[in-house]
Amino acid sequence: MNTVTTGIPAGTPGAVWLDEALAGVARDPDSVTRAFAFAARRVGRAPLRPDTDPGGVVHGTVDDAARAALVVALADAVGVGMGMGTCVGADADKDCADRLVLLYRQGDGAERRGVLRGFDALTERGDLGPVGEPTALVTAGLELAADALRANDPSLVAAAVGPFGARHLDQHTWRHAILKLVFQGVSLTAASDLDRRADDELGRMARDFAAERRAAGRSVPADLDRLTNTRLTNDQPTNDRLSSTKE
Amino acid sequence: MRILDPHIHMTSRTTDDYEALYAAGVRAVVEPAFWLGQPRTSVGSFTDYFDSLLGWERFRAAQFGVRHHATIALNPKEANDPRCREVLAEIPRYLLKDGVVAVGEVGYDSMTPEEDEVFAAQLGMAEEAGLPVLVHTPHRDKLAGTRRTLDVVRESGLAPERVLVDHLNETNVALVRDAGAWAGFSIYPDTKMDEHRMVALLQEYGTERMIVNSAADWGRSDPLKTVRTGEAMLAAGFSEDDVDQVLWRNPVAFYEQSGNLVLDPVPGFSAGEPPTPGVEFEGSSVLRGARA
Ligand SMILES: [Zn+2]
Repeated sequence: MNTVTTGIPAGTPGAVWLDEALAGVARDPDSVTRAFAFAARRVGRAPLRPDTDPGGVVHGTVDDAARAALVVALADAVGVGMGMGTCVGADADKDCADRLVLLYRQGDGAERRGVLRGFDALTERGDLGPVGEPTALVTAGLELAADALRANDPSLVAAAVGPFGARHLDQHTWRHAILKLVFQGVSLTAASDLDRRADDELGRMARDFAAERRAAGRSVPADLDRLTNTRLTNDQPTNDRLSSTKE
Repeated sequence: MRILDPHIHMTSRTTDDYEALYAAGVRAVVEPAFWLGQPRTSVGSFTDYFDSLLGWERFRAAQFGVRHHATIALNPKEANDPRCREVLAEIPRYLLKDGVVAVGEVGYDSMTPEEDEVFAAQLGMAEEAGLPVLVHTPHRDKLAGTRRTLDVVRESGLAPERVLVDHLNETNVALVRDAGAWAGFSIYPDTKMDEHRMVALLQEYGTERMIVNSAADWGRSDPLKTVRTGEAMLAAGFSEDDVDQVLWRNPVAFYEQSGNLVLDPVPGFSAGEPPTPGVEFEGSSVLRGARA
């Protein structure tokens, strides 16, 4: 079952198009390429949560969600999750992974976000197996997340720290991703499972970053509070890391 | 003044230019794929360039409230290098992408048989993808080049209203208009065409199917030449509506044939208003100069 909530009102041309595109992918997995390219033109580019995220950077956009639904349809079409742990399952995983890598590599910024958000949807559906036994799909997702985390476009960075990133990124990569969000001025609500994964080292990195910002006479993002063990304020002494670093 | 610059190479320009464009009323641009000055030697450098037009440059423009679109093609100059021609196999997949509003720049540079072949092949791709075509006319032997261009377009069966023939001047404008195509003019600081000659052409030929661009790139050029042309039109007695037609409605009408123009304001920017100073928009790292 396609579990992605797109927020597109039923019966609108966008919803009708998406239903047809999902059915098309079920019949012919290759049709996902064209559907991916046309998604924004058919369902729009509106932010999913306009009140708190007018640019759709933090939580994504309607077309991101439509593309995530297409990824789930693609996974179903090639048989991902049907024979977990079997040879058939491994073949389906590899096929799906290759297709998603190609969609990402040949995609523009929005299509790349769509692939990343698709990995989130597969993660939430439990299609990617346990952590520590990377399947072809998880390996591909990690490769694409690493690419996105090198980007300067904050919407790509935000899309790489959702449920998939929270579950599968190694701790070093994940910490740097979180700090990059702060650096880019993106709300940390973009990051799934922040409180579970945040550790002392991330706290130290955040405090160092705050110190650097204060030294430059710049404001410290309020979000940084969530990363530090102590409450941070703009007038805290700049050598705070010396007294509170644990690692 | 609201302006769509239908031909500007923003990858070669700075963020100061984006700020100046927005302040002057430019809300949308079209960046045609073209030669980079330094010859390319492989398909990979084309696809990286196309990807940057559809990815990084679109993002960069949006930080300044400007909607960025692209046209994709193998340019005529590099059509002569067999190492570059291999990119033709990649072009159809780019023509499906969001924000790709035409095939271009195609046309002639030295009018070689290779250029003939690549031009005709890409006109076919435009037909297939349902996109209009932006045609570059050669710098040398322009009149003969324009004639040959219009012949090739006619033979391709593409409707003339789906073709914009660019870099025109006094000598070849009538040819293009008589063929039923859109006439494009690149307003440069000292070559091709200037804003006063442009005004004279508008007085002679009218404002229908006439399109003005800055064609600003890595050479000596001025991204505000569209604005200067609008000002020169007003000074010469054209109405605000005439200026709006030439600088906005005409290029919109041409590229809208792609079904792929995005013209609503970038989130965080309001139509017709400058950005509020001091207000930071979520994730606006280029705006603030951050290199993450
Ligand atoms: Zn050009």
